[in-house]
Formats: sequence, structure tokens, C-alpha cells
Amino acid sequence: LSRSRSDTRLAIALAAIAILSTVILALIVLFLLREAAPVLQRVGLMRFFTDASWNPVERLYGIAPMLVGTLAASTGAVLLAAPLGIGSALFCRYYAPAGIARIQRALVSLLAGIPSVVYGFWGLVVLVPAIAALKPPGASLLAGMLVLAIMILPTVALTTDSALAAVPVGYSQGAALLGLSREAAILHVLLPAARAGIGAGVLLATARALGETLAVIMVSGNVVQLPASLFDPIRTLTANIALEMAYATGDHRAALFVSGLALTAIVTVVVITAWRLAEGRVAGSTGHG
Amino acid sequence: MIVRRTILLGLIVSATLAPAAAQSPPIAGKLTITGASTLAPLILEIAKLFEAANPKVRIDVQTGGSSRGVADARSGLADIGMVSRAMAADEGDLKNFVVARDGVGIIVHKSNPVRQLTPEQIGEIYTGRITDWKDVGGKPGPITVVNKAEGRSTLDVFLAHFKLKNSQIKPSVVIGDNQQGVKTVIGNPGAISYVSIGTAEFEIEQGSALALLPLNGIAASTETVANGTFPLSRELNLVTMKAPVGLAKAFIDFARSPAVNGAIKEQYFVPLAQ
Repeated sequence: LSRSRSDTRLAIALAAIAILSTVILALIVLFLLREAAPVLQRVGLMRFFTDASWNPVERLYGIAPMLVGTLAASTGAVLLAAPLGIGSALFCRYYAPAGIARIQRALVSLLAGIPSVVYGFWGLVVLVPAIAALKPPGASLLAGMLVLAIMILPTVALTTDSALAAVPVGYSQGAALLGLSREAAILHVLLPAARAGIGAGVLLATARALGETLAVIMVSGNVVQLPASLFDPIRTLTANIALEMAYATGDHRAALFVSGLALTAIVTVVVITAWRLAEGRVAGSTGHG
Repeated sequence: MIVRRTILLGLIVSATLAPAAAQSPPIAGKLTITGASTLAPLILEIAKLFEAANPKVRIDVQTGGSSRGVADARSGLADIGMVSRAMAADEGDLKNFVVARDGVGIIVHKSNPVRQLTPEQIGEIYTGRITDWKDVGGKPGPITVVNKAEGRSTLDVFLAHFKLKNSQIKPSVVIGDNQQGVKTVIGNPGAISYVSIGTAEFEIEQGSALALLPLNGIAASTETVANGTFPLSRELNLVTMKAPVGLAKAFIDFARSPAVNGAIKEQYFVPLAQ
């Protein structure tokens, strides 16, 4: 009886904690809405997508190019970082000698801990001038994608590594007993078995890329425009808020909160999509089983 | 015994406190300062120093633009207004006190042979009508136009001087603070930017690969900003409706004293007090 009573206490405590974290998130969204409300009422939501440019001081509020910029930089970064991170984890777990795997893992963990401002500074003084030598101005979508890719690579590598570590030993033993080559076992048994964990890691990395601010401000040029090539500068929604918030008043400030709402919406859509995909896959695999 | 000791203690305390009080009458009260967002961070810093020296004073600093500074000083909503420009002709009813000056210098890479641009050329470069250095006497190569993010005071000074709107500018890179402008130009020999003159001078002294361009033949330096001859600069004013007295006077005197020069330089403005 006492055990179930302590269980009840734990259940109540956990429920309170869970509700608290949800309530905080809801309050933040409500706060964003309240701060954005004045400008949304005055100019309407559509103007944020139809205005020709972003010049809030001149009452022009187009954020569409920044939505595109945010998505382009993050997508590019994930496309670069996911294969590299997964490859690094596979090497570590199945191919590297124990000593090298340990060193590799330690280095990747270290990379994950480096603050974004350091990556941004490196990008500004090394990467941007290098790209500028190819094609000015250097501060560009490409620079943003590369810096973000380097930043999120450790997240992908570490989560993939733990997902692979969590695959039961029986799977690889079974694959070996069936006479599968190491390559075939990885591609057809181990990676599929670990895909939920790998997917979660990539999602986490995507969210980090979408939300990254400082490094992106330093390397991607911050011009509000639709990029025509990888060498064109872009501005992300996060960069927009950070660049202008300190000096914004009135409708300009409210318009920055609309940027924040748009970013929250993007992240929500990404998470829901990933969730749907994962559910579909699980349903599909159980269907086959 | 106990009573006597208490009296003695009381005598000692009053003896030590009395001269201090006599030397400087304690300043106390509340001061409301409103106006230009350019000036607000500086005035906030100065207010902190002032409050530290006068613990019974509370200073409330609010932003809302130079026009609010003028309006609030006139209506009495604020004791002091902040105005980040020279006083207009119809503002003669207000008393103004220049606290510092804000100067903006055009910078290029040190390896760039261009050392002189006319105001017209600068306007055409920033609006995208001139895109190659060879058109202004430099080595052929694309010009990287570095602009500031909307709301920054250096952007306001720049736009007002060249009579431009921000939507007309065709930037290659948009930056936040002065440091980023400096780093962008150092890393890109084809870049042109504008930053506060204090920052640019400091960087050049440190050996950074930058050059400050003169404007209308006047060298860009903290000296020419301080004496008002450099064209790309402006006054930062505190204004009051009547000649200030008491707390307001004490604060304005403090804000114009050499004691705040450090705070002024930290905000990349140019102090005037010697």
C-alpha cells in the first residue's frame, strides 16, 4: 500500500512538472501574440507576406524572403550534416579500432560543446573571406549553411551513435549468422533498427539550425532578399529579431514579434511533419511484421 | 553607565555625520528623462553613475524618439528630454545642453587605393548605381556595400546626411554593431562600410587593415567631430523647458563633466568635456 501511495505522489509530481512546462510554452506563445497584436491589427497579417521589402521604419513589413532564407539555410545545413554525422557514427561504431573510436567520440562531444559565437567568429574571419575570394561579398547563404552544418554535425553524430548502441546485440549476431556482409548488415538491419533515434537526432539538429542566431548573423550577410544563388546574402528570422530588437520601438518592435511568431510556426510545422513521418513508418513496419 | 555610553555614541555619530552633510547638501528625488533611443543607453549609464554617487536619487530613462524628448520637456511630462540632433529653428523655447557628439566615418580596406569619394559617389555606390571600384578610380572589382540594420543610430546619421531612404539602399551585407562592420571590411578588400569614428580610429591604432575616408576634404577623426567640422556627425542634446535648477541641474552638469567621458566613449560617441 505504501508503495502505491509513493507511486501516486510521484505521478502527481510528474504531472505537475509536465503541465508546468506546457504552460510555460503556451504563455510564451501568448506573449508573442500580445506583443505582435498592435501591428497585426493595424496592417493585417497578409502585408507581412505581400509587402515588397522589410523597411519597418518606412512601414514596409515583408518577411517572406526571411522565411525562405531561414528554411534554405537550415535545409542546406541538415542535408550536409546528416550524411556526415551518420557516416561518422557508423565509422565509430563498426569500423574504427577502439582507440580511434574513443578519440573520435571525445572530439565530437567537444565540438558539440563549443558555443555558437565561436563558430560564428571563425566563420566571419576565415570562411567569409575565403568565399569572398571566390565571389564577393562572401557573407552568404553558403557561409550560413556551412557554419550551421558544422554546428549541428555533432548533434547528429552523437544521437546516431547512441541510437546504434541501443540496437540489441542479437540483431548484428543474427545478421552475421545469416551470412550477411558487414555492409549489408549495416544498411539493411542496423540502420533501419536505429532509424527512430537517428530521426530524432536529425530533428533536434534541424531545430537547432532553425533557431541559431549569433553565428548566422555573423556570416550570412543579413540582406533581406530572396537568394538567387548560394553566394547571395540572406537574412534569417532569428537574425532579424536580434539585429533590430535593441533599437526598435512601436510598430517596428511589434513587427519583430511577428518574425518570432513566424519562426515558432515553422518549428511547429517541422516537428509535426517529423512526428507524422515517424508514426507512418512505425505503422508501416508493424503492418509488415 | 549604559545610558552614558549611548549618549557618548550619539555624540560621536553626530560629530562624524555633521561635517559631511554640511559639505554637500544631499541630493534626493526622482528625475524622468525621455526621448531619443540613440541617447538612451548613454544617459542610462550616466544615470547609474549619478545614482551611485547620490543614493537617494532615482532616475527613470524612457525612449520614444527625439520628438518625444522635445514634447515631454515642453509638457513637463519629463524633467529632461533627449534629442539626438541639433535643435530646430522652432525649438528656441527650450534650453539645450550638448552632452556628446556622434560621428560616422566611411571605411574601406587598407589595400584599396581609393582614398577620396565625393558625397555623390557614396550615394551612387549605396543605391547600386555604381557597383565597380574602377568607376571611382580604384582597381576593377565589385563593391561590397555594407549597411547597418534598421534602427541603428549610425544608419540614421548616414541616411539623413546623404538624403537617402533605407529602402533605396542596395546592400551586399547588413550588419549589427560597429565591430562587425570593421571585421567585414578587414575580411573583404572590396568592401565599403560606415561605422562610428571612435571605433574606426581605435581599430586603425591597433593596426587593423582599414582606412577612414575624409568627407568634403575634412579628415574623419574624433577631433573634427568634437569641433563640429566633420559633416557626417550630429549633436546629442539634453533639453529642458526652463533653465534647470536643483536635481536636473546637478544631473546635466554631471553629464557634461569629464567624469562621464569613459561612458561616452563606451557608447562610441565623442565626448566634449576636457
